[in-house]
Amino acid sequence: MKTIRVYYYAVLREARGRAEDTVKTNAGTARELYEELQKHHGFHWPSEKLKVAINDEIADWSTVLKSDDEVAFLPPMAGG
Amino acid sequence: MFMLSTTPLQGHCLTDKLINPEAGACVFFEGRVRKFSRGREVVMIEYEAAEKPAQNEFRKIVDELKKKHGVFDACCAHRVGKVHVGETAVWVGVSATHRDEAFEACRYAIDELKKRLPIWKKEHYADGTSEWLGGED
Repeated sequence: MKTIRVYYYAVLREARGRAEDTVKTNAGTARELYEELQKHHGFHWPSEKLKVAINDEIADWSTVLKSDDEVAFLPPMAGG
Repeated sequence: MFMLSTTPLQGHCLTDKLINPEAGACVFFEGRVRKFSRGREVVMIEYEAAEKPAQNEFRKIVDELKKKHGVFDACCAHRVGKVHVGETAVWVGVSATHRDEAFEACRYAIDELKKRLPIWKKEHYADGTSEWLGGED
């Protein structure tokens, strides 16, 4: 089991109802973690529509997670 | 340099950070909140950012600017929280030897940061509704 600190923003934060979670998971990659949380919380955005940041760097969805990683799920961006 | 601000942006403070005796050109862009967006009347935009990922991604954009466009440095400041019509939401500036590189680099900087920085905007409309931009619900 890995302990991962998960951060949500914007539409995902509103859908989840909170900005952060601490999650215990057997998920291997960032994608697997998202899919687990997606099923659990009913998020309707597939990972293809999102980006992921691991320990503050935007990363590939295929990145293998380690315990104590901080993972942020990023909805489609619209700043500026 | 990248910073988030909950208060109005001070452009002159940011251009000071780009002073360099070898830079003959400094170009900056201000993105402001517009009254009309996709046919609807906007009263305010709420911005949200993932600060450290945004800082790190902007640093990558600055590295690209230095390699591709012969730029000395670039700075960006972005509002978070509520920003009203007419207020500046984003400020990005670059310094370079000459104006050609500076204009090109500033364009690249704003285009890239809009695509890549983890920042989100929720438009609030005159009719009381609001909507997050950037993805279909």
